[in-house]
Order: sequence, then structure tokens, then C-alpha cells
Amino acid sequence: MRVGVVTFPGSLDDRDAARAVRLAGGEAFALWHADADLHGVDAVVLPGGFSYGDYLRCGAIARFAPVMGPLVDAARGGLPVLGICNGFQLLCEAHLLPGALIRNDHRRFVCRDQPLAIERTDTPWTRGYAPGERIVVPLKNGEGGYVADERTLDELEGEGRVVARYLDDNPNGSYRAIAGVSNAAGNVVGLMPHPEHASEPGFGPDVRSGTDGLDGLRFFTSILDGLVRV
Amino acid sequence: MRIDTVQRATSSADTEQPWAELGLKPDEYQRIREILGRRPTSSELAMYSVMWSEHCSYKSSKVHLRQFGEKTTEAMREKLMVGIGENAGVVDIGDGWAVTFKVESHNHPSYVEPYQGAATGVGGIVRDIMSMGARPIAVMDPLRFGAIDHPDTHRVLPGIVAGVGGYGNCLGLPNIGGEVVFDPCYQGNPLVNALCVGSMRHEDIHLANAKGAGNLVILFGAKTGGDGIGGVSVLASETFDTAGPSKRPAVQVGDPFAEKVLIECCLDLFAARVVEGIQDLGGAGLSCATSELASNGDGGMHVWLDRVPLRDSTLSPEEILMSESQERMMAIVTPAHLDEFVAITAKWDVEATVVGEVTTTGRLVVEWHGETVVDVPPRTVAHDGPVYERPMTRPAGLDALQADAPTAGRLARPSTGEQLGATLLQLLGSANLSSRAWVTDQYDRYVMGNTALAMPDDAGVVRVDEESGLGVAISTDCNSRFVALDPCAGAQLALAEAYRNVATTGATPLAVTDCLNFGSPQDPEVMWQFAQAVTGIADGCQQLAIPVTGGNVSLYNQTGATAIHPTPVVGVLGVLHDVTRRTPSGWREPGEAIYLLGVTREELGGSSWADVVHGHLGGLPPVVDLDAERVLAQVLVAASRDGLVSAAHDLSDGGLAIALTEACLRYGVGARVALHELCERDGVDPFAALFSESVARAVVAVPDAAQARFADECAARGLPHLRIGEVTDEPALDVQALFTLPLPQLRKVHEATLPAAFG
Amino acid sequence: MGRVVVEFMPKPEILDPQGQAVLGALPRLGFTGFTSVRQGKRFELEVDGEVTDQVLASAREAATTLLSNPVIEDVVAVVAGEGAR
Repeated sequence: MRVGVVTFPGSLDDRDAARAVRLAGGEAFALWHADADLHGVDAVVLPGGFSYGDYLRCGAIARFAPVMGPLVDAARGGLPVLGICNGFQLLCEAHLLPGALIRNDHRRFVCRDQPLAIERTDTPWTRGYAPGERIVVPLKNGEGGYVADERTLDELEGEGRVVARYLDDNPNGSYRAIAGVSNAAGNVVGLMPHPEHASEPGFGPDVRSGTDGLDGLRFFTSILDGLVRV
Repeated sequence: MRIDTVQRATSSADTEQPWAELGLKPDEYQRIREILGRRPTSSELAMYSVMWSEHCSYKSSKVHLRQFGEKTTEAMREKLMVGIGENAGVVDIGDGWAVTFKVESHNHPSYVEPYQGAATGVGGIVRDIMSMGARPIAVMDPLRFGAIDHPDTHRVLPGIVAGVGGYGNCLGLPNIGGEVVFDPCYQGNPLVNALCVGSMRHEDIHLANAKGAGNLVILFGAKTGGDGIGGVSVLASETFDTAGPSKRPAVQVGDPFAEKVLIECCLDLFAARVVEGIQDLGGAGLSCATSELASNGDGGMHVWLDRVPLRDSTLSPEEILMSESQERMMAIVTPAHLDEFVAITAKWDVEATVVGEVTTTGRLVVEWHGETVVDVPPRTVAHDGPVYERPMTRPAGLDALQADAPTAGRLARPSTGEQLGATLLQLLGSANLSSRAWVTDQYDRYVMGNTALAMPDDAGVVRVDEESGLGVAISTDCNSRFVALDPCAGAQLALAEAYRNVATTGATPLAVTDCLNFGSPQDPEVMWQFAQAVTGIADGCQQLAIPVTGGNVSLYNQTGATAIHPTPVVGVLGVLHDVTRRTPSGWREPGEAIYLLGVTREELGGSSWADVVHGHLGGLPPVVDLDAERVLAQVLVAASRDGLVSAAHDLSDGGLAIALTEACLRYGVGARVALHELCERDGVDPFAALFSESVARAVVAVPDAAQARFADECAARGLPHLRIGEVTDEPALDVQALFTLPLPQLRKVHEATLPAAFG
Repeated sequence: MGRVVVEFMPKPEILDPQGQAVLGALPRLGFTGFTSVRQGKRFELEVDGEVTDQVLASAREAATTLLSNPVIEDVVAVVAGEGAR
């Protein structure tokens, strides 16, 4: 059961995603942006960070990295892929997910413990959650405003592809408070907040948020449980 | 373009040179001529002028800074693996791990271009840490601005905060603390200090020296452009003169992506053991890196300057030597390791160029297309710069300032419960005591997954070793109002507060770094303040038995003739054997007892109360008691280790009233306290009990089962301790017989101020 | 409705990390032959009525005081643009 975590130049949360995979009981495999194949991993996490400085648009350059060719093909074939933050931006740039992520409406980077509702629970990444469950995980981004045209948004809502939605108040101006979406099959999930940072006791959101700080771990146990079952 | 070569310099001894424009004094220029036995070439003049500037040579401060080394005893050196003089000090934290940390200033560049100034400040200190062989693991930024409602504050603050965040966030380093302070004395001269901490295995320590004749000198990272030519060095040495012509140099622009890649590349290079010596390029660029590497090593180096990759092909040799382009490093590599070195830099798409080699000639020789443009003894550039014993005078107004104590007759005091509650709210919503979240929420505190505590806790705590949980705590502090009232005591109070903050989390304080921000050294009163503060810190460190491992001096912080309050920012680093056992600053369990540790005296000189309520600064700061700080720290560390406390928060600005409020607001859990026993024991009234800023105090929450052991622990060490109340399940701070304030009201007041000021 | 187009570029001597990152990516996608990329900014200011000399002068002043950061950017164009698209 190997979960690949891709490192691009400028990836930052790659070690953290790998740690979360290990904490969930899996084996994390380091994939490099220049790799020509996926080394047979069973799932892939595209981690947070600022790939290539995010200078052109977030994820716009990383999307053309060699590893993305086989990854896009595999994702279309059903490989579970989770894009977190920069990874979500990258999945949108690569057209595996609809919409785009733009600069926060208040124009500042924001780092905070964010309440979310998990709305789609039949994906390989979210099956460990109850529908509508409220969780708290860190959110940290400068360009996390999810946007898409009305028709796409209606489609996402209609098909139940909104995976997570911000609760309480919208931290970045995302349309319809969308924090994460999936493709139609559900194997590809993009999420702006960082579940990997709420996976280890003592190093996640603290009790002020009303949680034990481990709300994100089930993204990783979900995928491993699913892989074991398969 | 005519190149000024050594040959020309020898034959044209009388050529007029712009030494004065470059900031050199007549006798300094004369000394350069004596060293060389001829006039310097223009490239040599550039090197000497930049390396002999105040910023690089510490020429005014050196005579005082010696105390840091002289007052470090053998016992204090026990954990010190690398001391003052290198890029950053290194301390042994056990289990084969070492950490290196340092704080530096980037004040003047941040005034000129707030975003890039602050960003490149972060970038510079991170490279210092990298050049010791360490992986940078956290940053923190002590910032100081003018009054919260002053236009200049609004010009610089948003950019500086965004710059700190923009660079640090993109670099993937958690920002775990720091300070944001407002005071009119910083109007027109904000302070942007940046601290970085890094970790490494003992065997990975690298030093900045060029040894081994024939070894190669490799420049790697970004290309060299016209960034900040004369930038940091000239900027940091000249006061802004609004009347005079603009000396504004090209601003340095930071590229955090390039630096992130450089970090990973350096760590791969270290791991492959292909680096003999390494130096970052910061202020004074290649002039500094080549002369320091050579001076610290075998003494000689030959550089082919025309091989330096340029972003701007029109740059002259002088400009290339002075350029402060960011994200560059210089390594000394044996020829046998060259291929491996280049393979690693290629993996990271980092450009690496052999620009020179180590020699044993004792000379630093720089060649430009076959002609020699520099031929100097490197030590005279890097280390044997001028040293000044500047005149010092006790400030004329100091006696009057100290005599103006905030007595009850001088300043009206609140006395009724209602008045005391209102005073607490006024302080809580003030510029300096309100929530810093508007600023700190722009910094990523989670990245790397090792952050165990960050703002608003007393100190930032990060894990170093994922296996054992071994980690470090760091805090920076300075109440410059105290330093203005008494520079020696004020500097010791800064040290004491940082030390206490670190101990409050359960960490054992281990080492000190400082960033000494002062006015012009040519003002004897400023020089006196500087000397007093350095003596205060050096003596204080000796008493606390923790060494100063490095730091930075920033002078000329003034607008016109008015200097800032002397601001010696002190950073203390402590070690925790298991960071998951750290003590947070807020309580969570209703029913736990709240103890006040330490003694409260009526000490209101320079206090937040006098400042916020009366706009008053006068009298004497609180009495320093470092022995009491040591005892308090011992108890806090032992209690954390043994699980006797579940929360601890130090008392500083705003006294007990603010400490209790912050401990309640941290997790939104209330408290009920009574002050009559405290007032009786310490002979103070409720006003002083709440707002005095006496040192060596903390509040702690103690679980029921641990109370007896905790009290015994305090008694055994002779630490005054008093149970003043308990944690409640009512969402309020109830100070019995005086006032009750609901937490939602306190939170609203606390959190409204910065968003209201800055949107 | 009239429109004024204001364009900026980073000053030549100032590092442009954005441009450099794009320059690095171009050859990886097979776009060879480009030796430099610099990334600037474009603003479109709209006014009711014609773009007069006075409007342009005002836009020029706004360009150097508010829109750009004169420390690191040069205004390279302040011109009357085409009508609303």
C-alpha cells in the first residue's frame, strides 16, 4: 500500500503529507517532479507549497512537469489523487478538476484553524467521514478563492461533487464557500485546507477549535482502508 | 570602460578617488594606502569601503561587544559548539543534535521598500543559518512601528508584514512568534528584525573558511545583478536625510522560490559531504564572502571575477564586488568533488560556477579578463577594519526622566472595581496589548509539521527530532520604554522576559542572540545607552549562565536628530526533551487551581498602564532580579517535566490583569480569582496587584491531584507561590469583589484593534 | 466611455523572479529561442466620455503615485485605449 507524494521544486508540505500517510499506517513513496512514471504507487498526494514560486499562476508551471503526464492518465483511469492547496491549484490547471483558485478576496495570506463540512463521503479520500460532519483543519493560502462559472457550480452541486465547504465564515471569498471538489468519479479530490496538518497529536489545531486536532487524519486512513479492501 | 588595475594604481598614485562619497574617513583612506603601499584600485576601494562600513565592520560597537565573549565562562561554553564570530552560533541540544540561531536587522531597507526590505531580511538570516550546515526550521520576526494611527505606519506596516509572510511562507518555514510593537519613536524608522533557527547533526556543522590550496571556489544560486549596490552597507550607515540628494540604490528583490531550492540543494550538498567551507552572500556580497572565507582559511584566494554569471552584462568589476543580489552562496570544494557538486546543483536547476581557487599566498587576488584589479591581504578587509572608541555621555535628560515617577500624586489611578475593570479593557484593546492575530494569521505556522506552540503562546516551540520529540523553544523580547528609562536594567529586563517566556513553555534556557537597534553612534548619549545595554546583557547572561552566541548591531536608527528608544531585542533559545509535553499559555480544565508565582511590588515606571492611560514615560523600570528569574524558571521547567502544571503564562506588559485575560482567551475558558491574600502578603493595593509589572512572575494552572507536589516544589526552591483562584466553566474573568468581565466582551475588545486600524 | 491603459515593467536593474520562472519553463515545453522574459502589469482605467489630455495627465500622475511602486517599477505606457470590449 504505497501512497506517492510528489515533490516539485517549491513544494513545501510534501514531508508533512508523507508523515500523515505514515501516521495513518501507510507507506509514503517520494515521487520527484522529473520522474517519468509513477513507480506503481496505489494513490498520489499532490502536496501544498509554491511550486516554481507560483509566479505565473499557482500550479501553472508544475502542471507541465514530466511526472504529470502519467499522473493525469492514471487519474483519468481511476487512480486516487488528492491535491492539497497548491496540489488543488495544480489539478485545476491540469483540467482534472473544474474551476480555478484565485487570490483571496481580502488580498492577504491567511493561516487559521478552519471549520469545514465534509459533504461528499463516497470518495476514496473521505469515506471515513460522516456526511455533513464538521471538522477543523488548518487553512493556509494566499490564493484560495475557488471560482467557476455558474453552470459549473450548479453542476458540481447537482452531482454532489462538492467534497468540503467552509463553515462559519468564508475565509477567502470562495464561491458558494467551496473548500474542495472532486471529479465525477470521485477518485480525484482537490482541497484547499490542509488535512495533513491535523493528523498528529500536539502538532495540529488545538482545543480552541473544539477538536482533538486530528480531524484531518481520516483523509489518509480512508485511502489506506480503501486500498486494503481492494 | 577603462578598468582600474593594480598596475595603473601603482603608476598613478595621485589619482583623486571618491573615498569620501563611499563613506570612508580621511584617516581610513590613508590606512588603506598604508596597507597596500599604494593607492587602492577602484575595486579595492569598493571592497574596503563596504567592508569597513559600520554595518560590516562593527567599528563603533566592537569595543563594547567584546564583553559578550569575555563574560562567557567555561561552564557557559559547555554546550556552545560554535561561538560569536561565525555566521551564527551553534549549541548542543543533546542526542547528537545541534541548533543554530540568530537575529538580524533589516530596518533601513524596509523603510525604503517595505515589502522587499522585509522579505530580503528573512532571506538573509535564513542563508546565515544554512551556511552553518543546518536545515532552517523556523523563523520569527520582531517588528516595531510608529504610532498605530500615524500615516507612516500605514505606509510601511502592510508591506512589511506581507513581505515577512510572502517570503517565509513561500520558503516553507513556520513563523512561530516575534513581536509587533507600536511607539511614536519608530515613526520614520521602523525596526524589522528577523530571526531564524536551524537544526543539524553535530557532524554536519560547516564553517566559513577557505582551506586547502587548489580547492575550488564555487559561486552558486542566483545570477548577480545590480541589486542594492552599496545597499545594506551604505544604507545602514547613513541616516535618511530628506534634504540631501537621494542616495537610494537599486532595491534588492527577493526570490523565495530560488531560496527554497537553494536550501534543498545545500542540504543535499552537505549530505553528500562535498562542501569544505561555505558562506552566504548578504550585505557586501562578493567582497564580504571572498575576504571572509580567505581570512578565515589558509589566507589566500584567487578569483576570476569575469566568470561570475551576470543578470546585467554592463556591471563593472566594482559593482560585481559590491552587488547584494540575493539567493547566492559560495562554497569551497575539492577538485575531486567538483563533478558530484555540479550534479547535485544541476538536479535542483541551480547554476554553479567555479570562480576561483584557494591559495596560500596570503593575498586575495581578483582578476578581470586577465588583469589584476584587487590584490590585498584579506584579513585587512574582513577583520582588521577600523575600531572606534566613541565618546559617551549619560543623557542630559535622564535624571529628570527617572525622577518623573508615576506616583499616585502624579497620575490618577483607578480604585473601584468598576474603574479597574474599565482600565483592563482599555489596556486590552490598546495598540500594544491587543491581539496580534491580524499580523500573525498572515504567517504559516504549520508548515513542516513540527510546530508545537506558536503565537500567541509565550514562546514558539518546534520539534527537532521526530523520533524522540526533542525540540527547542524561542522567544524574543524588548520593552524599549524600560530601556529608555535605564538602558542597563532595560536590556536585562529584555533578557529576563525572553528567558522567562522560554521557561514558561517548559524549556530549559540555553543560549542568547541579540539584535541591538540604536541611534547614531556619533551621538555620545546614544553611545552611552549602547554601552550600558551591552554591559547589562553580558552581565545578565553571566548571571543566568547562558552564553550570547551571536547577533547583530543596527545603528543610525533615527529620524533627524531624534533617535529611537534604544531597542536591544533579545532572543533566548531553550531545549525541551519532548515538545509534546510543552506547557501552553491558556487553561482548559475547570476546577484547576490558579497560582501566582513570584512577588508583586508597586512598579509602574514605563508600564503599559502609564503609557496607555496617561501617555506617560518616566520613573524607573521594574527592579531586575535574575536570581528570582532562575528560580522561577527551574520551577516552571520541573513542573512541566513532572506534569504538575497544565498551563503557564508569564506576567509582563499589563501585569497580572493582562496575563489572566490572555490565559482565559487562549482557549476561551474562564477564571475566578481573589486578590486580597496577594494584597496582604505583598503589601500592595488591588490596582498594583493587577497592573504592576514586577518581574519574575507567572500564573499557572495546577490540576487538583498535583497541587500538593507543586506547592512542595515551589517551597523547596523558595519560590513565593499563592493560590489566587481557579479555572471555571463560566465564560468570564471574575476578579472577586472587584469586577466580572464576560469572555466574549474581552475577546471582542482584544481582537478589534488591529483589523480596525489596518483593515 | 473612454479608457486609459497604463502599463508597468519592473525596472531593468530589478530582479524579476516571475519572469525568470517563466523563462525557465519555456524550453521545458519546447519553446526555445527566448532569451529573456520580464513580467509587467497592465491597468485599464475607464472614464465617462472622451479621453482628453487632461484625463491622460491625471492618469499619468496616478500611475506614478498610486498604481506603481516607483522604487521598483517604471511606467512604460499611459495611453488612450480602445473602447470597452
